[in-house]
Amino acid sequence: MSSVSRRALPGFGLGLGFTLFYLSVLVLIPLTALLVKAASLGPAEFFAAAWTPRARAAYALTFGVSFCAAAINVVLGLIVGWTLVRYEFPLKRVIDALVDVPLALPTAVAGLVYAGLYVQNGWLGQFFVPLGIDVAYTRFGIVLVLIFTGFPFVVRTVQPVLADLDAEVEEAAGVLGATRWETFRRIILPTLVPPALTGFALAFARGLGEYGSVIFISSNMPFETEIAPMLIFSRLEEYAYGEAAAIAVVLLSMSFGLLVVINRLERWSQRDA
Amino acid sequence: MHDSKIANARRADPLWVRIALIGSSFAIVGLLVALPLANVFFQAFAKGIGTYWKNLTADPDTLHAIVLTLIVAPVAVAMNTLFGVAAAWAIARFRFPGRTLLTTLIDLPFSVSPVVAGLMFVLIFGLQAPLGQWLKAHGYQVIFAPPALVLATAFVTFPFVARELIPVLEAVGPDEELAARSLGASGWQLFWRITLPNVKWGLLYGVILCNARAMGEFGAVYVVSGRIGGQTDTMPLRVEKLLQEYNASAAFALASVLTLLSIITLIAKVLIEPKVRVEQEQEPSEK
Repeated sequence: MSSVSRRALPGFGLGLGFTLFYLSVLVLIPLTALLVKAASLGPAEFFAAAWTPRARAAYALTFGVSFCAAAINVVLGLIVGWTLVRYEFPLKRVIDALVDVPLALPTAVAGLVYAGLYVQNGWLGQFFVPLGIDVAYTRFGIVLVLIFTGFPFVVRTVQPVLADLDAEVEEAAGVLGATRWETFRRIILPTLVPPALTGFALAFARGLGEYGSVIFISSNMPFETEIAPMLIFSRLEEYAYGEAAAIAVVLLSMSFGLLVVINRLERWSQRDA
Repeated sequence: MHDSKIANARRADPLWVRIALIGSSFAIVGLLVALPLANVFFQAFAKGIGTYWKNLTADPDTLHAIVLTLIVAPVAVAMNTLFGVAAAWAIARFRFPGRTLLTTLIDLPFSVSPVVAGLMFVLIFGLQAPLGQWLKAHGYQVIFAPPALVLATAFVTFPFVARELIPVLEAVGPDEELAARSLGASGWQLFWRITLPNVKWGLLYGVILCNARAMGEFGAVYVVSGRIGGQTDTMPLRVEKLLQEYNASAAFALASVLTLLSIITLIAKVLIEPKVRVEQEQEPSEK
């Protein structure tokens, strides 16, 4: 146990005191202010503000595009994670480093460049648009930037589990006559489920709140391509603070629900490990 | 030797699988990451290096945005670093009721949409709120001014330093500190001479990640800034405004600066990661 008695080392009071003070000022009080504002509406008004057809369309879109992007990221992340752990190839370290770019690149830059790539005269749009595939300013574009922002999560959760996988179990399966595909499906895949789910949930949570990249590539049309954070911002522009707070509370509950799921998943995967 | 070769053969995938997966990985990372990165610089320099330089330096609003980001981000990072050190010290060195809850609360800002984060500060400091009116009456402008930018940025990047520092501090263990204490070191001597040197790479790692996110933050800052040109636009906000003004080449020029900063961040990350790992694995007795 690395903890010590409070008398043996100094600074417990100062450390915890400052932590609680800063946490309260920056996080807890603002969160409370949001809840108080939303609660001040009363149930009927809250419902009228947060559950309009336009708001419901925004939640459904936010949930849907985040879910799609996270699901696609599971597949992409498993491929890239597997390749980076199992194989040796030229430029491997470059690929590994590039995986982290979405964590460091400002989301506004991502939105800007993705929109630019897929418009009609863009590097990729010049091939896709003539085929009738419109990416820029559509829902497909939103999914695409969310794939970008959530890309590192599955790769980074799967990588350590793959690296720790016991080689002997795989060898034993091979010795006992399992084909490579059977070994993968029966032995390797089950151990990858918990980290892949964790990565999925992290990417999903990131997608729910994402704003910076999406507004560049979305046309932000109500009922079509308007995500929930965009709607909150529109309400704020109209000085409808209560309504903005109500929609924000719905969005927050979606995120916090997911946070609970992530915590459960992490405990589950730790128990398996 | 012979055995391990057979074993490796049993673990090895068929050649076509390997080629297909490596090829897919190149395609995925190439299309998703490398191509957009290249495109930022291509678009930024599309009208030549002269225009590029003019885009960055001739527009006072753009210059102001660069300066503002270079002020707001470090202040927010410094605040979060102070907090991260305090939180890591309390959480990694002591047991107390509510410790697990505190650890969970530190991660909370990661699940709050940046727009919602901005909204929270508008609700407190906006001119419709009592506190906002009181501050305004006493001559303090918070919302639509740099203080709100700092608060919003600090909220969004809140967990970074604490999250990186707690596991490193836990791994290092308290033995050296206890020894120094028994030899009569004061609290601050202990901190500056023992604790800080032991965790410096972990701390730097957290600060770098925090800073990258702080400089690039868009949503939260967008909401609280009021987007007043030449006053409250940070670099990412200025990129958006330039695009709105149909000045794509200037938007991409400024975006290329942000991209360059994030590439530098990633290089620093790759260089520091092994040192953080060493710190996490060090045995107190080895030192």
